[in-house]
Amino acid sequence: MTLWFAIGAVALISIGFKAAGPALLGDRELPPRPAAVIALLAPALLAGLVLADVTGPAWTGVDWTLCAGLAAITVTYLLRVPVLAAILCGVVVTAALRFLL
Amino acid sequence: MTTLRRQYLAGARVGLGLGVATFVLGVTFGAYSQTLAWGIVAPIVASIVVFSGSAQFAMATALAGGGNLAVAVGAAALINARFLPMGVSVAGDLRGGRLRRAWEGQAVVDGSWVASHLGGGRYDREKMIGCTLVQLPAWVLGTVLGVVAAPSPDIVARFGLDVVFPGFFLVLLIDELRRSREAVWTAALAACLAGILVLFVPVGLALIGASAAAVLGLAVRR
Repeated sequence: MTLWFAIGAVALISIGFKAAGPALLGDRELPPRPAAVIALLAPALLAGLVLADVTGPAWTGVDWTLCAGLAAITVTYLLRVPVLAAILCGVVVTAALRFLL
Repeated sequence: MTTLRRQYLAGARVGLGLGVATFVLGVTFGAYSQTLAWGIVAPIVASIVVFSGSAQFAMATALAGGGNLAVAVGAAALINARFLPMGVSVAGDLRGGRLRRAWEGQAVVDGSWVASHLGGGRYDREKMIGCTLVQLPAWVLGTVLGVVAAPSPDIVARFGLDVVFPGFFLVLLIDELRRSREAVWTAALAACLAGILVLFVPVGLALIGASAAAVLGLAVRR
């Protein structure tokens, strides 16, 4: 039951976030400070997500082959390789390392 | 062919490219949900009604990491809080009254939002909607395949597919880091906070703690 409540709540919140700006603010802008904090939530949460996914709970899930794959994605994407190709590169590097070792 | 139709098709073409990545990610999510014993219906319903890979993975990760309902929903909500400023940014380019604008605002997803940016804070409404209309079925069908095929964690790991999820976030993060110096400092601070917090609390709580970096990151500007 917790799962279904979670899905329902997250769906409503997501729909609400997407709808709020267009419906309530229209052409008007948020005050500078709240807008700045909200704008920085994305990099903060994304950095946290990547790190937590690499480390796992209490740093028990660190896998250097996965880190190598992520490094490959970083390098290729910074070199302006398209998203899909960059991620595919990371998959290949990770899979190859695991196959070889 | 009308200009409007051309714009929708332009969005759909961009959406096809993004849709492949979205499909693969959907398969990964569907397969991941099976390792958590979500059953068949729940992950598919989640993909239809939530339609946000980052939020769904955050919710699943928080629940799997021992987080309760509030932690799971909080983590997903914080992840999706970015849709608030993204929605604000496109508001001026949408059409109609409040209800219609709210409905059109549902087309805001990461790839479509980026692809439809015309520069100077203006967005191509038709391109964004066309792009999203391709990605939604790709995401749902990918989830269905992941749920039905339910590749074992061993297969997912052997073929390196477990890198898709963090890799997807990494790419989005790189895009964010390109925007501003505050974003770089904020992300670095958030990574440090998350790295310390995962030692002591469930992953979901660590993510919420990492979000405090958004407030602290503003200090860089001062």
